[in-house]
Amino acid sequence: MTTSIVNADTLLAIDVGTVTTRAFYFDAVAGEYRFVAMGTAPSTYRFPINDASEGIRQAISQLEEITGRQFVSLEENLISPGTNEGTGVDTVAATISAVPPLNVLAVGLLEDVSLESAKNLASTIYARVVDTISMNDRRSLAEKVDEILRQRPDLVIIAGGTENGASKSVIKLLDVVGLASILLPENQRPQMLFAGNPAVAPEVVSTLREFSTVETAPNLRPALDVEQLGPAQGELRSIFRRIFSARNPGVKELDTWTAGRLLPSATGFGRMVEFISHHNHAKAVLGVDVGAASTVIASAYTGDLRQRIYSRLGLGEELESLLRYTSLANVVRWLAIDVGEADVRDYVLHKTLYPNSIPVTAEDAAIELALARELLVTAMKDARKYFPANAPEIKSGLMPAFEPIIVSGSTFTRAANLGHSLLALLDALEPVGVSVILMDENALLPALGAAAEINSILPVQVLDSGVLRSLGTVICPVGNARFGTPILRLRVVLPSGEEKRLDIKEGMLTTIPLEAGQKAMLQLQPLNRYDVGLGGPGRSGSVNVVGGDLGIVIDARGRPLQLARENARRKDSIKKWLWTLGS
Amino acid sequence: MLAPATHIIPLTVIQRRRLLPAEGRLQVRQGQNVRATDVIATASLKPKHVMLDIAAGLGVGRGEAKKFIERYLEDEVAEGDVIAKKTGLMTRSVRAPVEGRLVLITDGFVMLEAKTPQFELLAGIPGQVAELIHNLGAVIETSGALVQGMWGNGRVDFGLLNVLADGPDAVLTPDQIDVSLRGGVILSGHCSSPEALRNAADQRLRGLVLGSLDAELSPLARKMAFPILLTDGFGHLPMNERAFKLLSTNNKRDIALNAEPLNRMTGSRPEILIPLPGGERLDAPAPVGRLGAGVLVRITRDPYRGRLAVVDALLPGRTTLQNGLRVSAASVTIVGGETAQVPLANLEILNQG
Repeated sequence: MTTSIVNADTLLAIDVGTVTTRAFYFDAVAGEYRFVAMGTAPSTYRFPINDASEGIRQAISQLEEITGRQFVSLEENLISPGTNEGTGVDTVAATISAVPPLNVLAVGLLEDVSLESAKNLASTIYARVVDTISMNDRRSLAEKVDEILRQRPDLVIIAGGTENGASKSVIKLLDVVGLASILLPENQRPQMLFAGNPAVAPEVVSTLREFSTVETAPNLRPALDVEQLGPAQGELRSIFRRIFSARNPGVKELDTWTAGRLLPSATGFGRMVEFISHHNHAKAVLGVDVGAASTVIASAYTGDLRQRIYSRLGLGEELESLLRYTSLANVVRWLAIDVGEADVRDYVLHKTLYPNSIPVTAEDAAIELALARELLVTAMKDARKYFPANAPEIKSGLMPAFEPIIVSGSTFTRAANLGHSLLALLDALEPVGVSVILMDENALLPALGAAAEINSILPVQVLDSGVLRSLGTVICPVGNARFGTPILRLRVVLPSGEEKRLDIKEGMLTTIPLEAGQKAMLQLQPLNRYDVGLGGPGRSGSVNVVGGDLGIVIDARGRPLQLARENARRKDSIKKWLWTLGS
Repeated sequence: MLAPATHIIPLTVIQRRRLLPAEGRLQVRQGQNVRATDVIATASLKPKHVMLDIAAGLGVGRGEAKKFIERYLEDEVAEGDVIAKKTGLMTRSVRAPVEGRLVLITDGFVMLEAKTPQFELLAGIPGQVAELIHNLGAVIETSGALVQGMWGNGRVDFGLLNVLADGPDAVLTPDQIDVSLRGGVILSGHCSSPEALRNAADQRLRGLVLGSLDAELSPLARKMAFPILLTDGFGHLPMNERAFKLLSTNNKRDIALNAEPLNRMTGSRPEILIPLPGGERLDAPAPVGRLGAGVLVRITRDPYRGRLAVVDALLPGRTTLQNGLRVSAASVTIVGGETAQVPLANLEILNQG
């Protein structure tokens, strides 16, 4: 249920991605905000144009053609506020992911405490931690200085000392940072962010400000067992904006258009995952965004957002990095076709040379999804360490019970066969219980997250209007039984009164057609003490579901998913699953 | 629509901005002629510092240590040189443990930057220094035939081109590389043999130009001391016909290879230059082109991967391809006659000048 609005401000939202720049227009239709149209253009952040504004103007120009509304004047200025004559826009929100990751030096007192928090803070923006320094670092002062000079970080995040805790040892940590700064040319000195014991903040600032800009933020570790990243994230975003505005004129202009509210795209995405989590107290929400240059995993439970950005895990020019974390054999295991490890390596390296290219043949599409699976598996393996601690679980060691699971990234959302996308997501994410898989096919969420800061009603109403495409409801029972054992009795009641009954056996993957928007009631009766998230093993219950592209999907292949070791059997199984979902 | 362009041009003027990753020292002057392998700037990218505790070394207090230091900031010292000395009944001194330069004197400490091997920035192409960039590098200008590649192993060299291929799809075999090729650059279509790369190293080749390479050889290729440049990519892929034609017609000429890796942020990429007199004033080719009817393109993905084609038309809106993909696409005529619809994302402009 949303509120009707009277005096609606129009909104233009821009997202500058690594490959594509998007311009979205939102306006009120019949008293409620709606996503009206989108214009796209190739991003121009990088060589040879080196100015994001060219891509932004092209995307806006396409949006103008589609909507018939003029947003930019002949003098190339944004027309704001909007007029009744159909020109201009009242508000602007913007996000960016085209930037290269910031090189961050993380400094903390204790390796497992404040240093960990400094690293965690860095992982909330597009960043790469190039070195860490803690109190127990055994390197000599000169060795630490040398490493900083080699790495030339853009930013130093310093944490340490609880409230009223350590102070002298925190100040001691600054020696190496100050020394390295003196030795660096003035224009290459890193920006500094101190987010430790507030009692020493003035001394930290006075010590470091003669070398570089120093910002302070609330303590990341107010107590040993309490980590609070949220308050420091605002300051971190300001630094992010400042650094990239200085490097690229288009970013500076965009930041001006948004009155200093330009966000990393991942922040906008995470903000929407957090927002959605406020509306589902029974389960946590998961958002995954697999891009060309990075992967974002955001999980939230009742507003507690945990987000990690993996700046070196992407399906574009950094794809070869994936092979540092996993093996080619692990990629090949997801393929039903006869493709060897050498072929996949050829594919990976070739893709790094043509990162914007898209798979056309069935073989390429299968390899691309196999890589996307492995990329998600790799990212999730790390991200799960940071999921909200109290997120409801069905069984320890498995994924928490997420609903919905929101997916972004064209490899999944623009795949030729959405069934194949869904299978890849089930394989990589291994959801449990009952969940809905939603696709952000227009990559709207970052823009909505940025818009939320200036118009809190707009994202609510736009989400309610169904901008996320449902792939379907998935039911993943959890338990232990031999292959072929009956584990779930299912009754589907459609609004027409029509009923379908199904007995699910361990190992099955099956679908029940239910068109997008169509509602149904599911009665679930787990057998053999299986758990579908209705209150415990063997507990039955009813859930109301809404259909999607794939209807209702029952994934009873087991958790954790075990693929057959024998090649032919494994390939046969995958072919069967692809046929079930992709035909 | 703007799209990336790869240049394969028989005669053009080339300006390349060659920059150090960090500030350093220039080694050339404006107007100087350079070879591809000439060092144009140096920098200390892997610095090594030594902290000397003068107060402890002399047995004095931190406050008074400064007055015993006999060297000044930026002084260069040899190993064993006295840095600080306290004379008297018991003469004590602190000496430089390594050759280097004093970079900091503070609070009873001296920091010495040890002399380390310098990073050397090579010219990359033969030509003339057209502009100096303060402490960072230079712009080199030259004219000649240009072939841009897609992958390089990071090395730079030049030598006599030996075409070992009778066609763009020729495969390089180990036995083709013998002593007669020593000091030269060889060209072939594809290589899948580690032995061929090792033979090339044994024969001290000064360069290898290929259309493609098996990806599993990339770690070995990266280790090779001579430049290896791929014009098209990885996997079993012939060299594109335009590159093959231009290069093979320059057999037995001197060519320069700058096999620097492709960097989409800075625009640097592997290149082959065959120096030729410029004659009348030529324009430098634009790094991007506009896709449209009549434009020659390279298709970057299967089923036509590596094939050249001419764009017939950009298709309006989104096109549903045979596999169900809905994308912005172009209809193209592939060299040889076949027509196809190809996603715009899978096209790269091939500029022939």
